[in-house]
Amino acid sequence: MGQPADANGPLKSIWSFFASVKLTVVLLLTLAATSVFGTLIPQMGSPDRYVAIYGAFTYRLFALLDLFDMYHSWWFELLLLLLAANIVICSVDRLSSVWKIVFVKKPRFKLSQFQKLSTRAQFAAKQDADRLKSAYGPYFAKHFHYSRIEPHEKGFCVFAEKGRWTRLGVYIVHLSVILLLIGGLVGSLLGFDGFVNVGEGVTVDRIRLRSSKGIQPLDFAIRCDDFTVTFYKSGAPKEYRSTLTILEKGRPVMKKDILVNHPLNYRGINIYQASYGTLAPQKFQLRFQDKASKMVFKKQAVIGRTIELPESRGSLLITKYSATASFRGHAIGEALVGRLTLKGHAPQPILLPLRFPSFDKMRGGAMVIAVDSYDPRYYTGLQVTRDPGVPIVYAGFIIIIAGCFITFFLSHQRICVQVIPKGKGAVVTVMGTSNKNKIGMPQKVSQLAKKLAKLKL
Amino acid sequence: MTSSSILSIVTFIYGLAAFLYLAAWVFKKPPAGQTAVWVSLAGLAGNLAGIALRWRESYQMGIGHAPLSNLYESLIFFACVLTLIYLVIDRRTGSHVIGVFTAPLAFLAMAYASLSPQVSNRIEPLIPALKSNWLIAHVITCFIGYSAFAVAFGLSIMYLIKNREAAAAQGGVLAARLPETAVLDELTHRMILFGFLFLTAGIITGAVWANSAWGKYWSWDPKETWSLITWFIYATLLHARLMRGWHGKRIAVLSLIGFTAVLFTYFGVNLLPGLHSYGAPG
Repeated sequence: MGQPADANGPLKSIWSFFASVKLTVVLLLTLAATSVFGTLIPQMGSPDRYVAIYGAFTYRLFALLDLFDMYHSWWFELLLLLLAANIVICSVDRLSSVWKIVFVKKPRFKLSQFQKLSTRAQFAAKQDADRLKSAYGPYFAKHFHYSRIEPHEKGFCVFAEKGRWTRLGVYIVHLSVILLLIGGLVGSLLGFDGFVNVGEGVTVDRIRLRSSKGIQPLDFAIRCDDFTVTFYKSGAPKEYRSTLTILEKGRPVMKKDILVNHPLNYRGINIYQASYGTLAPQKFQLRFQDKASKMVFKKQAVIGRTIELPESRGSLLITKYSATASFRGHAIGEALVGRLTLKGHAPQPILLPLRFPSFDKMRGGAMVIAVDSYDPRYYTGLQVTRDPGVPIVYAGFIIIIAGCFITFFLSHQRICVQVIPKGKGAVVTVMGTSNKNKIGMPQKVSQLAKKLAKLKL
Repeated sequence: MTSSSILSIVTFIYGLAAFLYLAAWVFKKPPAGQTAVWVSLAGLAGNLAGIALRWRESYQMGIGHAPLSNLYESLIFFACVLTLIYLVIDRRTGSHVIGVFTAPLAFLAMAYASLSPQVSNRIEPLIPALKSNWLIAHVITCFIGYSAFAVAFGLSIMYLIKNREAAAAQGGVLAARLPETAVLDELTHRMILFGFLFLTAGIITGAVWANSAWGKYWSWDPKETWSLITWFIYATLLHARLMRGWHGKRIAVLSLIGFTAVLFTYFGVNLLPGLHSYGAPG
């Protein structure tokens, strides 16, 4: 039907191979069956883990078949490409004949074809054929997309139809699937998908890509001003919130709080709240207690900055924060490590565990130093993506729904009403057919007959 | 009365309906079938009331959200839609015997939700990922799809029973009381069309939601992939029927395979790691 007229042998056979619905069925089932593997085998894991799970031989076999990233493997993409070719060629092959039915000026109706149908309803009208004709003409013109009246023997026939365009529904669905595939391709070629961890107060202008692990520079910078996490009483997370500032050449141009489900979009790049973590704290509130007078002093300390001790007793430098400190072989958890210089003495090392405030008593000094509190510091984990394919995919989403609805629930209905004069009145026979939902047609035909019988003349 | 206790009672109402349908079929007692329809209606009313009350309770707890956020809530919603679809078909066809194959599914879903110790019926606040307007659209479309496929599954079982009896030509009484194969075949097909439209809408709402939550509309997470596998199977069925003229037994078998994929998408995927952990038992 739709083959190129000058197609020679091999071309023709390639065409008919791709135009076959058998191929569609095989491809859909193959895609379904192979997709299962990727849900059973964890994707994109580390080789060490795979070897541990599957053993060296199976690992190498699976790796050879790209089963660890199978949805991006050459053979899976080939299947999708074949499906796309199948859809396009199937549609083109059949569209030309459907096109002729849909875009015809004067549709063909044959009374003999309607007379073969069992879907019919009959009633006797009291009015004569001429009166019926003048009433049916406007009725069908109003309720059907197309109608015409033809004389027939002593009476007449009305031919009417509607929903001719719904025959295109399936091609709309096919077009949408192609749009989805194109949208996916555009996204993978022109987009990127990366992530970046930004500490509070830190500014970044490059991200790490997920797929290649490469670095993607951005045209602007992202600063994390603040990150907060809140919890429900049960301990489940309630909200992750990052306050971000976008900077162009160092100048802030946009400030926004992002939450999960509420990303930030700037110049086609989307920034999502993806994860978070804690950073080593930097500011600490230290507590100093004079052993003799019991006087308590509080002072803020920042890592790397020397502070004066109260009562001019000397100075203290906190050199680092350790999350897993130990003392004489015992793990003591989080602790500050520093150097204490008492007046008239040489500098000496000092250890201030966060969990044990009286630890420093052991040093035997005149002043006991403890960590009173500290500001927790977070980093926010941002997912940074750009996907110019999204509008195409979304267009595909909208039309696939519309197309499925048209294809499944609307049909091309053709009606023939035959009116034969009988005595003073006439016998009216309504016959109808539709290309889909044939089971619902008898009801439609009998409803139409009832309406015609009640038509005011 | 709390929503959980109402829904526990609904479980038994559905169980009673299933029993009455079965009794009406086996002992050929049409009044029992008619009673079963009324019992189903009562169950549906209780089911809806339970869902509405649960919604209200969540607001009273100060964590208000639609009751569509975990396995328990999805199961009661599934039973509700399943019963509703059955009742519509019952009204359209006037055949109560279809209830023999759908009421037990509603009962099982409710029983699993209410009785299994693995399924928590506590109203929990929403975690950040679920705080989205897409939650309602996604869950409702998916579960209308699942329910339609469940009804199609019941119809396919009926078809296979009727068809086997017809082939054996022994004219079994039970099979004789089932609707004609042509009617079952057409109803199955209609249900699958309906389910396919809603599955498609469910996948799409999920994709749009994923794009707003994670920045990717598709990430081949196991649940996503299994919903696509299900979509492929039903798409195969539709092409086989509409383009290759498959009917009857072969369509019924494909419908059974399709529903197996639905069940795996719904429950089986929880055994695999992925992003959809909120739908898992626990």
